[in-house]
Amino acid sequence: MEIDYKKVVSKDVTDLGLFKDSDVVIKTEDLYVSYRDKLAIDRINLEFYKGYITAIIGPSGCGKSTLLRSLNRMNDLIQGAKVGGKVYFNGVDIYSKEIDPVFIRSRIGMVFQRPNPFPFSVFENVAFGLRVNGFKLTKEELRARVKDSLEKAALWDEVKDRLDAHAYSLSGGQQQRLCIARAIAIEPEVILLDEPTVSLDPLSTAKIEELLRSIKNDYTIILVTHNMLQAARVSDITAVMMPDENMVGRIIEYGATSEIFTKPKDKRTEDYISGRIG
Amino acid sequence: MGDTLLRAPTDRRYRLKKIWDRWVPFILSLGLFFAILTVVALLFTVVTTGFHRISWNLILNYPSANPYEAGMRSAILGSIFTVGLSALICIPLSIATAIYLIEYAKGRRFSEVLSYNIANLAGVPSIVFGVVGLGFLVYGLGLGRSVISGAFTLSVLILPLVTITCVEALRTVPDDLRFGAYALGATTLQVVSKIVLPRSLPMMLTGGILGISRALGEAAPILVISGLIFIREDPVSLFSKFTVMPLQLYNWISRPQAAFIELSSAGIIVLLLILLALNSAAIASRQWLMKRVI
Repeated sequence: MEIDYKKVVSKDVTDLGLFKDSDVVIKTEDLYVSYRDKLAIDRINLEFYKGYITAIIGPSGCGKSTLLRSLNRMNDLIQGAKVGGKVYFNGVDIYSKEIDPVFIRSRIGMVFQRPNPFPFSVFENVAFGLRVNGFKLTKEELRARVKDSLEKAALWDEVKDRLDAHAYSLSGGQQQRLCIARAIAIEPEVILLDEPTVSLDPLSTAKIEELLRSIKNDYTIILVTHNMLQAARVSDITAVMMPDENMVGRIIEYGATSEIFTKPKDKRTEDYISGRIG
Repeated sequence: MGDTLLRAPTDRRYRLKKIWDRWVPFILSLGLFFAILTVVALLFTVVTTGFHRISWNLILNYPSANPYEAGMRSAILGSIFTVGLSALICIPLSIATAIYLIEYAKGRRFSEVLSYNIANLAGVPSIVFGVVGLGFLVYGLGLGRSVISGAFTLSVLILPLVTITCVEALRTVPDDLRFGAYALGATTLQVVSKIVLPRSLPMMLTGGILGISRALGEAAPILVISGLIFIREDPVSLFSKFTVMPLQLYNWISRPQAAFIELSSAGIIVLLLILLALNSAAIASRQWLMKRVI
């Protein structure tokens, strides 16, 4: 079945040329990551813009998550991972020696594949980031911040009467929105999402896609997904990743989502989005 | 057609598979049966020989040459004192070691070498720890044949056991939770203190209790440290002379009079009851902790 992406793609961005010299929040230069001397991704050159959602799509195992983790130094925590090349965050190389990875992670938030709320109450989950980052807030300010974050994550109406309930009592979709609220609470500039809806039902997925579009103006959002329809529906800009013959992930095409999905330039992209491979 | 799908196959292999499936649990439970048999046999012997000799005398009196007046007061207090102290030394050390190995040095060569050595240490005969304690603590540091020497020796003896359990406890905390906290800009110390430790503390506590139970039953290293002495006073300070329950029992068993043999059985019952109480307390506190953190 051929999917008509024309009907779903966002029209916010039609030409990447318009972005020349605009707000590039993250930029990678010849970025590569290897695990125990085996190259996983190589020569990644991408730019991510403020106020837009960039999707990274590609088949399983092509290194999408690896790429995402190298943008907020989460790869530091993976044994045997080595990152090379440059990642600039607001013009600063986040892998230079004087940069504290802990600070980077507080400015570049992350949401994971499986919802991973902490074993605390709903309220404490959202407050966690504020507490560990030493935000000096009064009780009222803290409450307001938690409420605001939950509202942005489209969860407030469902949990406002049970903020003290254990996070594990929420449904999977609610837990994932809680994780988004938790990330938003510390007001990061960038939010990285690693296939945030793979474990969720279509309804919860739709809610999360909607919430991402509703908050995108305030953040730089980078969404890894292998759901091409999701990329088409949600993102403004798309990067397509494919493993080469040595199973090293590379970007094969990068451009406005409306272009990529309707007029792909690369044959492999065309095959991939039409469901012939991957 | 649906009918044929529902009917189970009737071939020999399938039937054999079903028979195995039914009998395997019985074969496995044979192991359990032997364990229970041993415990029942032990309890039966001890209770039939010693039960009638349990009295307040046994618990409150000092040892004596008269088997009808002899008690194990000094041994009970000595055991509680030394083992309690060794738990206070050992449990924090074990938790710290485990946290270092798993949360800070994970994957480093040094950490792996250390882990192997801890596992090896768990296999060293306890008398060796006693001899080391005698040489290093009693004579080397001049601590004498005292409670503190015994406590240090016992804590080193149970350190590997407790550390290994603490390491396992940390491993049960899913990495998802760690990554979630790191991704919010938490430092390793914050991840450990706010996420990992609360989750693993109940299991660490179990490890601590296992260690305490082991220490409570050890006779050999204490024999080397304190000597087989006759003590008619309570241990009142860290430098008091002391003896422990297993040693007192050993002393009684090795006497020729039947009355002392009976007394040692009664003493074993007291030791088992103390162990039981300790384990119950551990299980209760673990349940209480689990309810609070998960």
